[in-house]
Amino acid sequence: NTSKLKQEPLSTHHHPCSCRSSSIFHLAKKSVFSQIGKTKKMTLRLRSSSWKSNLLKILRHNHGFGSASHAARHLRQKPPHEPTLRVSQNPISRFCNTMSEKLSSIGEHEDANTQVMDFPGGKVAFTPEIQFISESSKERVPCYRVLDDNGQLITNSQFVQVSEEVAVKIYSNMVTLQIMDNIFYEAQRQGRLSFYATAIGEEAINIASAAALSPEDVIFPQYREPGVLLWRGFTLQEFANQCFGNKSDYGKGRQMPVHYGSNKLNYFTVSATIATQIPNAVGAAYSLKMDRKDACAVTYFGDGGTSEGDFHAAMNFAAVMEAPVLFICRNNGWAISTPTSDQFRSDGIVVKGRAYGIRSIRVDGNDALAMYSAVHSAREMAIKEHRPILIEALTYRVGHHSTSDDSTRYRSADEIEWWNKARNPLSRFRTWIESNGWWSDEEESDLRSRVKKEMLEALRVAEKTEKPNLKDMFSDVYDVPPSNLREQERLVRQTIKSHPQDYPSDVPL
Amino acid sequence: MSSIIHGAGAATALSTFNPVDSKKLVSPSRTNLSVRSQRYIVAGSDASKKKKSFGSGLRVGHSQKLIANAAVATKEADTSASTGHELLLFEALQEGLEEEMDRDANVCVMGEDVGHYGGSYKVTKGLADKFGDLRVLDTPICENAFTGMGIGAAMTGLRPVIEGMNMGFLLLAFNQISNNCGMLHYTSGGQFTIPVVIRGPGGVGRQLGAEHSQRLESYFQSIPGIQMVACSTPYNAKGLMKAAIRSENPVILFEHVLLYNLKEKIPDEEYICNLEEAEMVRPGEHITILTYSRMRYHVMQAAKTLVNKGYDPEVIDIRSLKPFDLHTIGNSVKKTHRVLIVEECMRTGGIGASLTAAINENFHDYLDAPVVCLSSQDVPTPYAGTLEEWTVVQPAQIVTAVEQLCQ
Repeated sequence: NTSKLKQEPLSTHHHPCSCRSSSIFHLAKKSVFSQIGKTKKMTLRLRSSSWKSNLLKILRHNHGFGSASHAARHLRQKPPHEPTLRVSQNPISRFCNTMSEKLSSIGEHEDANTQVMDFPGGKVAFTPEIQFISESSKERVPCYRVLDDNGQLITNSQFVQVSEEVAVKIYSNMVTLQIMDNIFYEAQRQGRLSFYATAIGEEAINIASAAALSPEDVIFPQYREPGVLLWRGFTLQEFANQCFGNKSDYGKGRQMPVHYGSNKLNYFTVSATIATQIPNAVGAAYSLKMDRKDACAVTYFGDGGTSEGDFHAAMNFAAVMEAPVLFICRNNGWAISTPTSDQFRSDGIVVKGRAYGIRSIRVDGNDALAMYSAVHSAREMAIKEHRPILIEALTYRVGHHSTSDDSTRYRSADEIEWWNKARNPLSRFRTWIESNGWWSDEEESDLRSRVKKEMLEALRVAEKTEKPNLKDMFSDVYDVPPSNLREQERLVRQTIKSHPQDYPSDVPL
Repeated sequence: MSSIIHGAGAATALSTFNPVDSKKLVSPSRTNLSVRSQRYIVAGSDASKKKKSFGSGLRVGHSQKLIANAAVATKEADTSASTGHELLLFEALQEGLEEEMDRDANVCVMGEDVGHYGGSYKVTKGLADKFGDLRVLDTPICENAFTGMGIGAAMTGLRPVIEGMNMGFLLLAFNQISNNCGMLHYTSGGQFTIPVVIRGPGGVGRQLGAEHSQRLESYFQSIPGIQMVACSTPYNAKGLMKAAIRSENPVILFEHVLLYNLKEKIPDEEYICNLEEAEMVRPGEHITILTYSRMRYHVMQAAKTLVNKGYDPEVIDIRSLKPFDLHTIGNSVKKTHRVLIVEECMRTGGIGASLTAAINENFHDYLDAPVVCLSSQDVPTPYAGTLEEWTVVQPAQIVTAVEQLCQ
């Protein structure tokens, strides 16, 4: 039952108000409350001196406003389609601006012992003790999980129920992803592929998070989330086509392997630069909010990506813009060879959410059920309440950073082995679905052999498919190739004509 | 001489004389431009009419009386002089922006202080009140983040106009502009378009200091996938703003800090300017002077002096910084055989440097003299007013350079 998920109450500002309502308040009161009453159908208890704080609470509750002047600005916005709130803009905005001025002057009437500093954002209490906030709290933020290490359901755990169909689909996709990764990796080692990066160990994050989203949610991946595409219906053949850069690749052979993209499936093309997708996601969320879509933006990044400036700025922006975006951090312990202890000194990433005013949660990334529940709840909050949510999923990068890396050079093989066996996300989830009678050994071996066969066939076909035409080197730089690019293409073709032996035989002209 | 004259041998007398081949002389550029703008409109006629900007091509369907601008000089050639309205350049930008926001609900603005403050140069004044806080978005101070936001929003169907408070600040957004803005249409195989407009004031102002006097067009010109235009008059400011917003490609629109208060009468009816076309400011016979943005006015001032001295310079405002309008430029070079480039960029790696290379490559046979480029020096712009003045090309230097070239 996710509605009982613990959440800290919003702080309210209590202050004795010694300043009675002035005439302007009386005048505005009537029209303002009658307007609000019509739209929100609320009965307001108007206790004499606290009705101002009630109004603030109402505004904050309904619209998530932090301050009255903030509220005023949002009340002024004109939605593009028919508005659901029909509030008279000017009286309220004027009222709220006046009210915030009045509230800020209240502090001056207090006596010395209860003085507060009125400051943008709310009242700040004083303290005569010199106290520094510790750099870390005594205990680390606990990690939400539902299945224990052995895949048994923890008693009294809260989670979102999944049906047998969905659970089996989640597990099958995790297996498919694992097999796909292994076969592509081996293909690179055999020289059939130029490059590959696996997501081994992070299957639960990939699949379970995708399962909790809707197809309209737009995904901004880093590069270790092919499982999200897989869940949405990208076929093994389509993956292979991109990796081989053949003419069936939607990217027209322009990018290196694992840089997938599909506008049909709302999965934005992977851009190799770290963390640049995070502000992109905030922009997309802003766009969805403007269009009032029942969807959110979701972006993934690793622990290393959180050191980039883009991460911090994007989090800040998302909070200020109240954008419906999920920030999913795959804290897998390593950024190539840099361990998290060299990446940051905070308690992981989850504590950074509060710094930006963002609700956050730490989840066991290798627990598919917990991931599903967390993302499901986060999505609901993001869309309904127009707020960003930060999810830190703790996991481990079992594979190397990529095929250009040998991680045994900077970490022990034992450590890798332990996470691969004892903390394996597939085996934990498999135990749970088998305990429900939804899976069996026979189905397991059937699935594995089927997927393996499909993968090898996909590889074979992709390898044989011809590459994109030379003209695709020059198209899509702009919408229409300009004269300088046409000229440059002409020059390339001319050069090829005079030196045909130097031109690759598998790239059609 | 303070600013550096590009090109060796500028001071020596010109010895070669190419016989003028009358067949090579083409008709004045104006006709050719109108033919090309015809092609420009046609290129968009089969564009998809979908609201989402995933299709390619220009959507021209909506506007009623669309006048494709060919080459219109400032005041003299304005045939609708009686029915236009007068305004300042920043108002023209605002008018263009507002018209596009009225026309297409997907157009939005984001930047620092663009909302209720109305923008640092008042280009977005009044828009937040009219269109609301979501469509005219005030952002926190992080250029890379809000440029990235604009790119993400563009990929999901919006058409953001991203304002950099000063072009120099966009150096912080270089990562997003180069890696995502310029590349994603290509690397996604055409699946995602990024129809953003990135605009802001740049150039040397009046004692704004080194950091606020930068010429970013030098740094951005290599990025594949983006288009760059520079406006110089209220007429082309409005026209280029509208064209940039309608373009499916990412466009960087360079404005100049000192040109915002230029006044001009512009037509009442709707018009757009072609993003890839140069503007013929003053036709002439003796020498081609290529310039853009604020230097146009220094050139025109020098032109007055030159005319008095008996010269007939042809002045072209190149407007399109990427790609160069080599058609117009080429026709002019073929006519006059002498080229002077006057720019505000620094000597090394500026627009003038690229333009010199392009002209030498393409029109070498038509040149009677080496291409001369007047630029600013390779120094950060000093704060002292007198020094600052000497970093920018002055009319007197232009006159001298023309005289030397035309010897």
